[in-house]
Amino acid sequence: MNKTLLSSFHVSPRTQGAGMKTWKKCLLTLAASLVFGNAQAADVNTTGLAVTDTTVKVGILHSVTGTMSISETGSVQAEKLAIDQINAMGGVLGRKIEYIQEDGASDWPTFAEKSKKLLVNDKVAAVFGCWTSASRKAVLPIFEQYNGMLYYPTFYEGLEQSPNVIYTGQEATQQIIAGIDWVTKTKGAKSFYLLGSDYIWPRTSNKIARKHIEKLGLSVVGEEYYPLGHTQFNSVINKIKLKKPDVIYAIVVGGSNVAFYKQLKAAGIDMTKEKPLVLTISVTEDEILGIGGENMVGAYAAMKYFQSLPNENNKKFVADFKAKYGKDIVIGDVTQAAYLGPWLWKAAVEKAGSFDIDKVRAASPGIELTTAPEGYVKVHPNHHLWSKTRIGHARTDGQYDVVFETKDLIEPDPFPKGYQ
Amino acid sequence: MSYQGFRSLLPKKDLYSFLVLALILVVVLPLSLDIFRLNLVGKYLTYAFVAVGLVLCWGYGGILSLGQGVFFGLGGYAMAMFLKLEASDPESTKIQSTPGIPDFMDWNQITELPFFWEPFYSFGFTLLAIILLPTILGYIIGVAMFKRRVGGVYFAIITQALAAILTILIIGQQGYTGGVNGMTDLRTLHGWDIRTDNAKYVFYFVCVFLLFVCLFIAQFIRKSKLGRLLVAMRDKEDRVRFSGYDVSNFKIFVFCVGAIFAAIGGAMFTLQVGFMSPTLVGIVPSIEMVIFCAVGGRLSIIGAVYGALLVNFAKTSFSESFPELWLFAMGGLFIAVVMAFPNGLAGLYNTYAAPKVDAFFAKLFGKTPVSHSSPPTPLPSKPTNTKTESVTLPQGVVHEQ
Repeated sequence: MNKTLLSSFHVSPRTQGAGMKTWKKCLLTLAASLVFGNAQAADVNTTGLAVTDTTVKVGILHSVTGTMSISETGSVQAEKLAIDQINAMGGVLGRKIEYIQEDGASDWPTFAEKSKKLLVNDKVAAVFGCWTSASRKAVLPIFEQYNGMLYYPTFYEGLEQSPNVIYTGQEATQQIIAGIDWVTKTKGAKSFYLLGSDYIWPRTSNKIARKHIEKLGLSVVGEEYYPLGHTQFNSVINKIKLKKPDVIYAIVVGGSNVAFYKQLKAAGIDMTKEKPLVLTISVTEDEILGIGGENMVGAYAAMKYFQSLPNENNKKFVADFKAKYGKDIVIGDVTQAAYLGPWLWKAAVEKAGSFDIDKVRAASPGIELTTAPEGYVKVHPNHHLWSKTRIGHARTDGQYDVVFETKDLIEPDPFPKGYQ
Repeated sequence: MSYQGFRSLLPKKDLYSFLVLALILVVVLPLSLDIFRLNLVGKYLTYAFVAVGLVLCWGYGGILSLGQGVFFGLGGYAMAMFLKLEASDPESTKIQSTPGIPDFMDWNQITELPFFWEPFYSFGFTLLAIILLPTILGYIIGVAMFKRRVGGVYFAIITQALAAILTILIIGQQGYTGGVNGMTDLRTLHGWDIRTDNAKYVFYFVCVFLLFVCLFIAQFIRKSKLGRLLVAMRDKEDRVRFSGYDVSNFKIFVFCVGAIFAAIGGAMFTLQVGFMSPTLVGIVPSIEMVIFCAVGGRLSIIGAVYGALLVNFAKTSFSESFPELWLFAMGGLFIAVVMAFPNGLAGLYNTYAAPKVDAFFAKLFGKTPVSHSSPPTPLPSKPTNTKTESVTLPQGVVHEQ
């Protein structure tokens, strides 16, 4: 109820004049005092978090320096945008969100140190952050020990379900099974070549992919891994040419992507001909910036969000994002998932009527978001999101055309039976 | 040890700096910092172990190792393996397809504990491994390099390659090592929860205690005949060799000592931070450790401790205040150190602060101040040109001016 009251006063921040602003502020204060008249800081915060009568502190913890900063900057931008928008609507329980940003510096011990600082020293009510699985694994014991709440945006391998984390990206089965089903049904694919960077996410993902492919009675003709940062893919490309799979299933990450797709093109594999077809779950619009649209054109990607999604929510989101960060900016899957974090937290806090972590946790399952750029999402009791999976077809300009979308929301299943 | 022996091991000015450091670490910091910050200081101190080892190897022995992260990692991983096994009892891992093995092995389809993990069920073996593994590796590297008279830049490059090799090995063998993620979620030591504030206090003081043990060992080496031989070797290796010493044995010895110090630091790191990952093994952290040593002053074992503390404290506070710009501030700090005071903090201290501090202590104890006319062996500008200080070799071999 609180949510509806507040949002009825919502005026798009970019359409209002200066006079409107003061007027709106008055109204908001009025509305806030009506709704939360006696909700003093002590009532909504019994565990000593950094909440005053007018503000609430949250943390943003990503790498803004080091190798991961290219990927994580988008998430920081999205989280800040969401916080600004929430503040413009009057904040959370009538309190403005103030964020404390910390730099994980692409270094896992630093992530652990900074997360502890945010929870113990700053007593933040929630943390939006982390990107790689390694950084999440490093901070997880700290969030569990000090009872914090982490909103984690990246699509990841699953096999984890912490009471102190809300996973706003997709876990592996959501991304993989829908993609493989699509490519077998629509494109008649029979054989697959699995390829990935050598760490836990690609390995687990390919394990799920292999099980699913074998369940469908199809064949995996090769499976290979290369170290992070590897740039020589010629030998594997030769093997692929020899084995002639219908699909190259690629989970190459980071800088290796640039080398892989360029060398694929140089080896004469024209992805637009779809022989073999390239299906990836690791290349978002952000990565194409580095790879170059002309090297990526014709590839397919399976994930839950593409910048080109045609719905109204997304059009507004892309417009707001560009208004704040410049018109050339691109938005990838993880950036959108990061944008959901503050909104999901706001909804959970308002449902709980409290900032207390335990109450927010209890209120989280079942939280819905109808305004998400990817469309409707809902928090599952296992702390992951119900979401749709889409297939994008890469264009030369570095964007994807959405060619397929699952009919229903896919249930998140971080410990998939029969896929381990 | 007789009083005389003690005085020659710890002359007055060294005694004062040991006392001041002890006062800061044991009294001032624990009283003035909350447990979160104190735990951070504890983490910084684990790097100080490495820096002290580097003062011996590099500052005194002239052996620049850019691969100390390897030994730090060996110690850290040995400790992490023990803690991980304890955290992976069948009860708390029953969700896995193979309960009772570490979670990352289960994710990598490993169904039984590898043989080399078995001994790490024993705490005694783990402690032994923390000391022995780096000694053995250090010895092998030392024999392979120093017996063939590989030194200087070549040695630095080879150690750097070793750091890269170990990182790749750890990341590549993720079923056995946890890969990029490292070993996380370490919980108890013999059933005692290492994540509580109490445990953090205990580990901090254990860390300080061990650091002082290492400092005394370093001081002993420095003041002994061996220490003087090391300086002589650094400045003019051939002359020492022609005097009848087997230079490589001394080098191997001091390199192994540095390796053990680093490994103890690594083990304390795992205990205090609660995980170990390959980011602490590679080239970058290894070079960082050399920087701690350089900032502190590569000829001062106490300075190395301050260097590690200062650089890491600056890192934390810069990055908290300017999350997007802090690396530039760090870069500025390093350039400033190299340009303005090449002998590091210790050099600054000896030039400006030491006379005053000594006067203060002299007043306190009513004695005459110690002379600082000869600061601790400054590094020669060129390794071949040793005009700085006459090094008196044992057996009456005098190094002429």
